[in-house]
Amino acid sequence: MNEHIRPALATLGLMVVLTGLAYPLAITGLGQALMPQQANASLIERNGRIVGSALVGQAFAAPRYLHPRPSAVDYDAAAAGASNLGPTSAELLALQVARAEAFRAETGAARVPVDAVTASASGLDPHVSPQNALAQAARIAAARGAPEAAIRSMIASHVEPPLLGLFGEPRVNVLSVNLALDAAFPLAATLPETEG
Amino acid sequence: MSTSLLVLTLYAAATVGLAWLLAGYMHRVFTGQRVWLSPIIGPLERGFRGAAGPAASRAQGWAAYSMAVLVFNLCGFLFLYAVLRLQGALPWNPEGIRAMAPDLAFNTAISFVTNTNWQAYSGEVQLSYLAQMVGLTVQNFVSAATGMAVAVAVIRGFVAKGDGRVGNFWTDMVRAVLYVLLPISILTAMLLIWQGVPQSLGAYIRASTLEGASQVIAQGPAASQIAIKQLGTNGGGFFGVNSAHPLENPTILSNMVQSMLILLIPVAFCFLFGRMVGDRRQGWAIFAAMGVLFVTGLLLIHGFEQAGNPMLTVLTGITGPNMEGKELRFGATLSALWAQATTAASNGSINAMHDSFMPLSGLVMLLNMQVGEVIFGGVGAGFYGMLLYVVLAVFLAGLMVGRTPEYLGKKIEGREVTLAVLAFLSMPLGILVLSALSAVVPAGLAAVQDAGPHGLSEILYAYSSATGNNGSAFAGFGAGAPFHTTLQGIAMLLGRYAIIIPMLAIAGSLATKRPAPATAGTFPTHGPLFVTLLVITVLILGALTFFPALVLGPIAEHVSMLGGQSF
Repeated sequence: MNEHIRPALATLGLMVVLTGLAYPLAITGLGQALMPQQANASLIERNGRIVGSALVGQAFAAPRYLHPRPSAVDYDAAAAGASNLGPTSAELLALQVARAEAFRAETGAARVPVDAVTASASGLDPHVSPQNALAQAARIAAARGAPEAAIRSMIASHVEPPLLGLFGEPRVNVLSVNLALDAAFPLAATLPETEG
Repeated sequence: MSTSLLVLTLYAAATVGLAWLLAGYMHRVFTGQRVWLSPIIGPLERGFRGAAGPAASRAQGWAAYSMAVLVFNLCGFLFLYAVLRLQGALPWNPEGIRAMAPDLAFNTAISFVTNTNWQAYSGEVQLSYLAQMVGLTVQNFVSAATGMAVAVAVIRGFVAKGDGRVGNFWTDMVRAVLYVLLPISILTAMLLIWQGVPQSLGAYIRASTLEGASQVIAQGPAASQIAIKQLGTNGGGFFGVNSAHPLENPTILSNMVQSMLILLIPVAFCFLFGRMVGDRRQGWAIFAAMGVLFVTGLLLIHGFEQAGNPMLTVLTGITGPNMEGKELRFGATLSALWAQATTAASNGSINAMHDSFMPLSGLVMLLNMQVGEVIFGGVGAGFYGMLLYVVLAVFLAGLMVGRTPEYLGKKIEGREVTLAVLAFLSMPLGILVLSALSAVVPAGLAAVQDAGPHGLSEILYAYSSATGNNGSAFAGFGAGAPFHTTLQGIAMLLGRYAIIIPMLAIAGSLATKRPAPATAGTFPTHGPLFVTLLVITVLILGALTFFPALVLGPIAEHVSMLGGQSF
């Protein structure tokens, strides 16, 4: 056993310095120098204020905004999480039924998309499906006093296709749509004062 | 559906192609030949040898090699435990995170030293940046390198000409990190940053949303850790929800790269084996057996997840894939692929919540772990685990024809078979005995979230994952209380060292035997007959051991679901 102590300590020492300090710090330096936007969580600012990350979902409840998927942690980005309930859980099924009814009542949609009643894995899913987003167009249009067709075409222009047309699912980033909605269809109350 | 199958095929082709290339490189590394990185890394390696002394380069027998593994892992455990207990007083802790509780630190330290990376904690809540880097990232590298070193030593035992030597642990371990794990991790980490994974020592971000609410966004030096967590089949996420977190796995591209890294080294080991034994067909045969089991499981999980939850359809009329606990960008296809890859390899990272998968998808994942993580398996660990089944398979074949079994010219005798059975028994011991204990003791049952058969599945999954050194979870299971942190710690130790030591002993025993030339009576171990025999051995020995428990868990849940019974 004693013959192994010296190499063990030498190996551990080398690994702590190399893989525990030099490696992550070098990557931090390179990342910060070459890709500061991504290395700092892809933040979005509006009027000099951080409104969120382009990658992290947020809660939206007001009728004028596109709403995200249900979240088991209410979009708490400091403690992400899921329901972790199994497919035969009565609690889960009751939640999903209630969400389906709420979605129908709110949008008048006949077909409820499955992503509108299921909570994501992270609780921070930044996306909804195009069907889910389009079903909300009428509500958003009414709240903003804007033509529904204009809202639909804005949502359609935000649909991200699968990678190379194959990998992953078509999706709509909720925060980026909502920023675009605020820019293109501002509410009367938030209009910049132009007269006088 | 056809798009999904094309996606899965392209993924498999790319992974196997890269693994084949990597195997050639690893062969040069582990046989001490020069590679293109030698001019850069060589001086560092020589400096290390000077510091480590002569014991770090002389050839060892199996016993010395095992002792070196144990001493090194013990030192790593003590160091990591100390870091976790002291993190509150150490720097790089902008969120003021306090020391981990003793039982949780014990569990976490064992978890990372054994390459399990079971997470009874949540990274963004309970770990400082220093603990993530100096504590966990280091063990991500060295636990992976330990598995690779042991696998290479076991292979050497099968090819040795009778001198009983299996190599030097310190040389193998350091070369695995310097030449293989670190260079690939650097490239991957930069690619992940480009895709949006943060890499910063700054504090969490305080955003104020368009609706005026505030949102705290956890971040940190994530990319560097995520690269090695995937490459080393470690699986411990920077964030609690692992690669489902949009900052840990932001895009489809980051997802495909991480999915490929899960299987890269485990697949490469098949081809490395073929090169080291001087007969590449032997490597292809083991690859084929693993591949058959992998593809079968993948198609099953994919089918169940795409079909969705029939109970939801009955209640709401909603059809579509099972999206509870899945991220929209990945959908059912890429979530099913990840689930199969991460449970077949003992990676344990996730991009969707396994607890919410359909019951029979859960069954496939459980089986992947229960057969001992040998369907490609952990880096190195999966390969020496499969060699255990190879020993048993040729023994069974020998019994059937009444000849002394041989593999690669080495006679497989009583000692090897006894050791292989001993190693095999650690899986049922860790999974069935400890699950049964948890299912009857109140402190064990307190962790179960779901009612009905799914609750039993949660217990089984926890102990299959720990004993298989996988690390993924049915995360509704509340593993944070002292009963389970302690028992899981024991299961992880059992699943690691009660297989490593017997496998090295088998290698040591074979290394003292001179290989005999093949004769007309030798059972060929590179053809379809042997592949079939190996697959059947895995299924009979591995699967039948756990079948009764699986009937009470996922199968009972599936039948209930079809009958419209919720819990």
